[in-house]
Amino acid sequence: MIQIGNYAIALALTFCTYALFALFYGAKTGRREIAKSGERAVYATFGFVVLAVASLEVLLLRSDFSVEYVAEYSNRALPFFYKVAALWGGQKGSLLFWTLILTGYAAWVAFRNRHYAGKLIPYTLGVMSITAFFFLIMNKFAANPFHRLMQDHGGVQHVFTASDGQGLNPLLQHPAMVIHPPMLYLGYVGMVVPFAFCMAALLTRELGSGWIKLTRRWTLFAWLFLGTGILLGGRWAYVELGWGGYWAWDPVENASLMPWLTGTAFLHSVIVQERRNMLKVWNVVLILATYLLAIFGTFLTRSGIVSSVHAFAQSSIGTYFAVFLGLAAAASIYLVVTRLNFLRSDNQLDSYASREASFLFNNLILLAACFAVLWGTLFPVISELIQNDKVTVGAPFFNKINVPIGLFLLFLTGVGPLLAWRKTSFQSMKKIFFWPTIAGVAVAGASLAFGIHSIYPVMSFAIAAFVLMTLINEFSRATRARMRNTHENPASALMGIVGTNKRRYGGYVAHLGFLLLLVGFTGQAFTTEGWGEANVGDKFSIGKYDFQCMEIQNLKNDNYQGMSATLALSSHGRQLALLSPEKRFYPASQQTTSEVRMHHTPIEDVYVVFANVKEATNKAIIQVWINPLVSYVWLGGYVLAIGTIITLLPNRVERKLKRRKKAVEELLRETEKVNV
Amino acid sequence: MKKQHRFAVGIAVVLIAIGYFAFAGYNEGKAYYKTIEEVTAMGPKAEKQRLRVAGLVKEGTIERDGTHVSFVLAQDVETMQHTLRVHYVGSQPVPDTFKDRAEAVVEGKCLPDGTFEADHIQAKCASKYEAKYGPNAQHPNDMSSTGKPSDAAGGAY
Repeated sequence: MIQIGNYAIALALTFCTYALFALFYGAKTGRREIAKSGERAVYATFGFVVLAVASLEVLLLRSDFSVEYVAEYSNRALPFFYKVAALWGGQKGSLLFWTLILTGYAAWVAFRNRHYAGKLIPYTLGVMSITAFFFLIMNKFAANPFHRLMQDHGGVQHVFTASDGQGLNPLLQHPAMVIHPPMLYLGYVGMVVPFAFCMAALLTRELGSGWIKLTRRWTLFAWLFLGTGILLGGRWAYVELGWGGYWAWDPVENASLMPWLTGTAFLHSVIVQERRNMLKVWNVVLILATYLLAIFGTFLTRSGIVSSVHAFAQSSIGTYFAVFLGLAAAASIYLVVTRLNFLRSDNQLDSYASREASFLFNNLILLAACFAVLWGTLFPVISELIQNDKVTVGAPFFNKINVPIGLFLLFLTGVGPLLAWRKTSFQSMKKIFFWPTIAGVAVAGASLAFGIHSIYPVMSFAIAAFVLMTLINEFSRATRARMRNTHENPASALMGIVGTNKRRYGGYVAHLGFLLLLVGFTGQAFTTEGWGEANVGDKFSIGKYDFQCMEIQNLKNDNYQGMSATLALSSHGRQLALLSPEKRFYPASQQTTSEVRMHHTPIEDVYVVFANVKEATNKAIIQVWINPLVSYVWLGGYVLAIGTIITLLPNRVERKLKRRKKAVEELLRETEKVNV
Repeated sequence: MKKQHRFAVGIAVVLIAIGYFAFAGYNEGKAYYKTIEEVTAMGPKAEKQRLRVAGLVKEGTIERDGTHVSFVLAQDVETMQHTLRVHYVGSQPVPDTFKDRAEAVVEGKCLPDGTFEADHIQAKCASKYEAKYGPNAQHPNDMSSTGKPSDAAGGAY
């Protein structure tokens, strides 16, 4: 199996190299048969990467501890599910998995566009092959997961088989953690596709909206996975790490957020290019930035240039990434600069009260947010270079900037889609925004009346109400109009309007998701926390909740040992739940973990952690957080995902065109037959 | 005023506002990354700045009191030179990875008595590869076993 894996990587690298040259040469000289052969090499590369991944999976499932990677990230007692997931449990496996997704995407692009005759696709596949080439080089030389385990005997290296592996980090043994990395990778790597199309468009100088139309779904798809991956990571941190939060502005989190921000900007600004032929340079720059940030994110997490709680290896692959990143950036900038003539806008901005202007500001602040996150993340490095003093900026920095940006974005979410292209008259603005403004003001007043006095939460709720009202307005107006025309019932009329304009109404649903997300984030302003000491019979209260300790238990099984405390949760004398947080110790990996327990209500989560045992009194220390509105973060994530999926569905018009095309093709074939 | 200039004004306003927030946030959140040796050398000056100090937790020095912990952070665990007594008074529990010989990063300020009052703490587990395969086994310098995100350490923020 080790041999098969090694050969598979070597062959994949060979085919990838061939594909690279064949595709570029074929496209450049216009020799279609060479480009076609390059395309076939793209499939072959993917095939061999699949084989390599399959070999590694077999090694993991068979617990072959003569392989270093298997010995490090798996053990015999590990459940089947996690053995499979150990493929992305460590760096080397992750990189191979990355290659798998990348080459898979390339094969899919090749397949989807197999009838395409122009130069765009060969160039696109060529650019993707360059990226794949880089990753395969690393899989082969810098981070080969098929390395044998070695032991040192007085300076001589021997191959060696361990009796058992070190096991997957217990913190990672969680379902969200199993799907989170693949999601994130699908997102990160997916950004390669629009990037490659963009580079191909620059190379061929076909810079209209063609490449944008071809990549719209790809971008949305990658963006969806990236966003879902980020949220799942937050979800995992929340339920697994036991510090009461889901986002810490840690460099690794920031690294995944940055391409999401530029990706979001890109998704929006391409609409302007499609509709008004503006912002062409801007779009090109955005997608290039997104791709570079995706690679940079990996570099950041792997090179150890900034310290993170996510302890990664400081390995040589950081250098590989730096070099690749530099080359990619140089190539991108060169292509943009030399193609500037082809990227002229056909139109100009007319008015603040226009859809274009709202897109412009949306882009501006998304990029500002991205830049601030980048700056804050790299600040220790920058400050050390400039003033020889390593300065870190913590959560206050990121929050200070991103909270107002988030609120402004939310506001634009409500305003932008309702403004007309070019210019909106004052009369129609009055009509559109009258009720939403009333709603916003009412909610602001209500928030103040309920004793919320900090400015941002009040603004957040008010803007959320404003936006919600615009969305309700849009849906109800269109639904009523359709009901008048078709005499359908409200539900089917609603389905009908969404079905006929999936892009528009899917977008609205996504906006609703974003709104819910921000409402969820706002809850953080009202978190209360506290702790109590507990032995059987002890009582303590935090906020409006009362806790009574019912039982303290010792836990012991093959996998771990530890303690649990069973607490009865009640509020105003009403029993709510029994919660048993645990403290576990895993001997195999020498790690301690906390098992968080939660009680959810629509308004808040009661989040309970077994912190430790106080030696003096031998009582359990129970840490409690009351986190308002957290469920809206996850709910918002679902709604955002559903909205995105709606916009991804094929449109009726497109289907009709496809059917017609098929019919024409059939007709042609039949006439050919007759002619023969 | 030309149309395009009007937009330049709007963009400038947005950027200046963001710049202001960045500056304010920077002043609020900045912390100087120092080694224990440097902190000691700073003397009373160290009390004025927010500091972030990394080191290893000296064995047997962890004393817990409720969610608070005090311990000795050492720059070099072998020679035990350059040590700093730390009182963690933050509201969040100490991460699970915090234990003897763990690598810890604390953030807070120095007190006049030479101890360090931390309100944030992060910890990474010490090398997980402690000669598991035999006395001189060769191991990669990985500290953890994770793929993409979060491994170890409860985020301290």
